[in-house]
Amino acid sequence: MFSLEYITDSIQHWLYSTFNPTMALLLECLIIILLVTAFFGVLGLVLVLMERKVAARMQIRLGPNRVGPKGMLQTTADTIKLMMKEGLTPDGADKFLFNLAPFIVMIAAMLVLAPIAFAKGFQIWDINIGVLYVSAVSSVSVIGILMAGWASNNKYSLLGAMRSGAQIVSYELSAGLSIISIVVLSGSLQISEIIASQQTGWWLFRGHIPVIIAFVIFIIAVTAETNRAPFDLAEAESELTAGFHTEYSGMKFALFFLAEYINIFIVCAIGATLFLGGWMPLHIGHWKGFNHIMDYIPSSVWFLGKTFFLIFLIMWFRWTFPRLRVDQLLSLEWKYLLPISMFNLLLVTLIAIMGWHF
Amino acid sequence: MFIKDYISDVYNAVTSLLKGMRTTGGYFIRPKEIITQQYPDNRAQMKLPERFRGEVVMSHDENNEHACTGCTACELACPNATIKIVTKFDTTPEGKKKKALDTFVYHLELCTMCNLCVEACPTSAIKMAQTFEHSVYDRNQLLKKLNNPGSKLRAGVE
Repeated sequence: MFSLEYITDSIQHWLYSTFNPTMALLLECLIIILLVTAFFGVLGLVLVLMERKVAARMQIRLGPNRVGPKGMLQTTADTIKLMMKEGLTPDGADKFLFNLAPFIVMIAAMLVLAPIAFAKGFQIWDINIGVLYVSAVSSVSVIGILMAGWASNNKYSLLGAMRSGAQIVSYELSAGLSIISIVVLSGSLQISEIIASQQTGWWLFRGHIPVIIAFVIFIIAVTAETNRAPFDLAEAESELTAGFHTEYSGMKFALFFLAEYINIFIVCAIGATLFLGGWMPLHIGHWKGFNHIMDYIPSSVWFLGKTFFLIFLIMWFRWTFPRLRVDQLLSLEWKYLLPISMFNLLLVTLIAIMGWHF
Repeated sequence: MFIKDYISDVYNAVTSLLKGMRTTGGYFIRPKEIITQQYPDNRAQMKLPERFRGEVVMSHDENNEHACTGCTACELACPNATIKIVTKFDTTPEGKKKKALDTFVYHLELCTMCNLCVEACPTSAIKMAQTFEHSVYDRNQLLKKLNNPGSKLRAGVE
């Protein structure tokens, strides 16, 4: 059976038997850097194309269909165009911060990738505080966004960045609380252990209604955290031209654009890991035969399938709902999501203590 | 009371959002409803909406007769002087002189396709056609004479 774990293990074994440990570690780092960069590139192309196709279908259009077979190469062509373009730095901008900001956003997105388990035993870094690490590092990107808005020396950029800051700071809370409800149930912060705790069934099904509420709140909160419609006030193209990246062009703009899609992938991967069991195949209780058949589908397929399902869900939101006003955005978080998720966390804790879950 | 309002707020929000998602999700799973027309490729089988307004034409029947009496109602109705009616005087069999259409001049380059001339016409002599590929290299080619050469007023149209 196809297994990524076997490939990584054999590569690691070969490296450590051929080179001395330091050299092997360096080579491993190099391989991971190459893989992550390549993965980001491919992911950007695939997700942008997927977004455009999904958007088109939902608006009764066709979407890109001229470049390549069925428009498959449209995003590749767009990327090449962006690479060719001049990366302009405005005269009044703070040059250093202006050029630094896209890299900070991108690096924050890259760092969060570390503890995500892509398949059984296929994980860059299985730290014991994986979930905490993810929720901590993912907030770093707001620094990049604020930096971009401030350094641009443009009122639209600054307004967009300020909105983005307010938004991420508020929605971090309810996203964190819904993550904690799963941590309470599984009793661990380590990603691999959270996945292992879903051996007999995904938390979404095992945890009754409170976990479903936590899942819904998590999806709403991460949609807001990634600055996507209906919470795309940071960009708000009808009000602020393009928000915090108004002044960016060429490859620096492409980095912001790519980081947005990488962040979507990452939050959906986290959601899939916590609520839908990560790479764990669909197991139903003690149905041995059914579970065994499900095990034959490779774990990487399970993980990517769940993640792309969640990505589709978030795209579905974007092309259905109208944008919220700033005050509506904040009242949604502080008056609805936060109280509900706090109350919900109590219920989940009760379920975990009493052992009511399946 | 407050709690009741709060819960009904959340309930209404969720149900209305789900209703919206059902609509867009329905479009997503039914690709047959896509309304995009891939224009230059499907020129042969392209379907335009019934009320599409491409240009003003005058309909002639098989005897090369039209229904325009030369009343200039369309010329008066036109907001930007697109239409110019040139009239002449025909002699009826009784020896009376009668006003008739000589040339229906239509400046396509000035026309905004507002349909007011078609609505103003008392005898339904002119109508909107579906043709829309009007680009030419010289604007003189956009000046059109709508009545066919040698055409005359259909008998019985007043």
